[in-house]
Amino acid sequence: MSNLNNLTISDALDGMEKGDFSARELTEAHISAMEKTRELNAYIVETPEIALEMADASDKKRAAGDAGLMEGIPIAMKDLFCTEGTQTTAASRILDGFVPTYESTVSGNLWNAGAVMLGKSNLDQFAMGSANITSYYGNVINPWQRKDSDAQLTPGGSSGGSAASVAARSAMAATGTDTGGSIRQPAAFSGIVGLKPTYGRCSRWGVIAFASSLDQAGPMTRSVRDAAIMLEAMAGYDAKDSTSVNVAVPCYQKALTGDIRGLKVGIPKEYRMDGTPKEIDEAWEQGIEWLKSAGAEPVEISLPHTKYALPAYYIIAPAECSSNLARYDGVRYGLRVDGESLDDMYERTRGEGFGDEVKRRILIGTYVLSAGYYDAYYNKARRVRTLIANDFKKAYESVDVILTPTAPSPAFGIGEKMDDPIAMYLNDVFTVPASLAGLPGISIPTGLSSEGTPLGLQLLGKAFDEETVLKVAGVVEEAAGFSALPQLMAGGK
Amino acid sequence: MSVDKNTVAKIARLARIRVDEKQQEELTGELNQILGWIEQLSELDTDGVEPMTSVVEMTQPLREDVVNDGYYVDRVTKNAPESAHGFYAVPKVVE
Repeated sequence: MSNLNNLTISDALDGMEKGDFSARELTEAHISAMEKTRELNAYIVETPEIALEMADASDKKRAAGDAGLMEGIPIAMKDLFCTEGTQTTAASRILDGFVPTYESTVSGNLWNAGAVMLGKSNLDQFAMGSANITSYYGNVINPWQRKDSDAQLTPGGSSGGSAASVAARSAMAATGTDTGGSIRQPAAFSGIVGLKPTYGRCSRWGVIAFASSLDQAGPMTRSVRDAAIMLEAMAGYDAKDSTSVNVAVPCYQKALTGDIRGLKVGIPKEYRMDGTPKEIDEAWEQGIEWLKSAGAEPVEISLPHTKYALPAYYIIAPAECSSNLARYDGVRYGLRVDGESLDDMYERTRGEGFGDEVKRRILIGTYVLSAGYYDAYYNKARRVRTLIANDFKKAYESVDVILTPTAPSPAFGIGEKMDDPIAMYLNDVFTVPASLAGLPGISIPTGLSSEGTPLGLQLLGKAFDEETVLKVAGVVEEAAGFSALPQLMAGGK
Repeated sequence: MSVDKNTVAKIARLARIRVDEKQQEELTGELNQILGWIEQLSELDTDGVEPMTSVVEMTQPLREDVVNDGYYVDRVTKNAPESAHGFYAVPKVVE
């Protein structure tokens, strides 16, 4: 593996500006890494020709003094973003072979900023899952392994291919989407940085919908600074998404001052849960100490409705998913399985096209929205969602940011927790509450578990205050000095 | 609340998803497990709490009621499993 693969985005931008290497060389190094790490199954489609073409264009733009924010940076694009002319599947059989005739706003923003597309990264089918084991195109393997074991671990999900490619150095960064934790949890499992922005910060236009009131795109990178650079390139108001918010996008890098003196950091007592492994709590304590040493003040806070967040989420998200996925009918795009009548064609197409977890969620959603249950389930969950959002509002009257663990365990083995949907859902216990409240959150790698696999801490911020989140994340990153490398990288460790 | 096999068959039909007998059995167990777990919300008093409609406080944006996009039938039907004369083609629905 060439050392170009280990650079951060900010280093690579400097290197290209100085003329040390070209976007083409940087891209070639990543295409080679992508080929050498195919065992991870991080990509559904590799697009090396497109990548080289984009890299050459980037080199020309830079030579002309016209370099964008991400000029020449090769990235993986989660296969949930529609990319014009390149297959987009949401990792589902029902969209196998679908080639969009339009570009999603976020991917378009990144290409306009000069980013280079290496390929479409694998994910849980329709972004439903926490282990990347529901993809029609096969499981993604975590580049990290436990000490003295070559058992395959999950990279987390749903943005598992994105996380694995960034960790394995087959992409400098990747896009993710987060509905209940799908950026932050895989970032924690894979030892990288993952940022879910405030709901409304990044346009959802052209992103295949799962649960529209929750879905939000964000960057997955190997440093906090890289997340700041990439978010700036992705974010922005978009008239084509009616929930996109028209507020200015700041230069997030400027927030990385390292100065958090006097900042109040909320430590929610409800996140100390029974059954959480001791090392997760210890990593959290360590994080509190780091922030204290940097001059911040930890404050114990209460988010009293925390335990109701997951069950409320598993009503709201399936309800929205059952509506959103009604569009896959075998008529306009994707798979069609012929039947004896139109209804029979719909039923066969959807029966064969959707995976088991997707079907499960559509059925739950259909049930909770059906006559007689709408109020008891769906409206109840929306009321609970208000209570959860109010918990955060109240907490932010006295603190600037909140620190928690990202996930209740390090990466687990593929095959574990598979027969119990609820055990799988519990992965998102620390990430879902902020999703329901629409708040920004980031996961930063802070150390290794006793098994030798990464652990992450999560910082949550006020709505549209990604700057404070990034600033504090920068301090945690600096204090943690996380430099461990995964076992399964191009060229080895 | 719990569901039986007939209810699962009914919601599968509403969702237009073909689920065979064996899968109906499995799904009945799985859905009941999930529904039993989300049942814990009922212990929470939510009287007088407004159901959330939008997580970001904003007014619905409006625009002029004019056509601002379209007129590309080929692109719209490009991914259709079957299309003819600029339309989607489906199995016969009227006898």
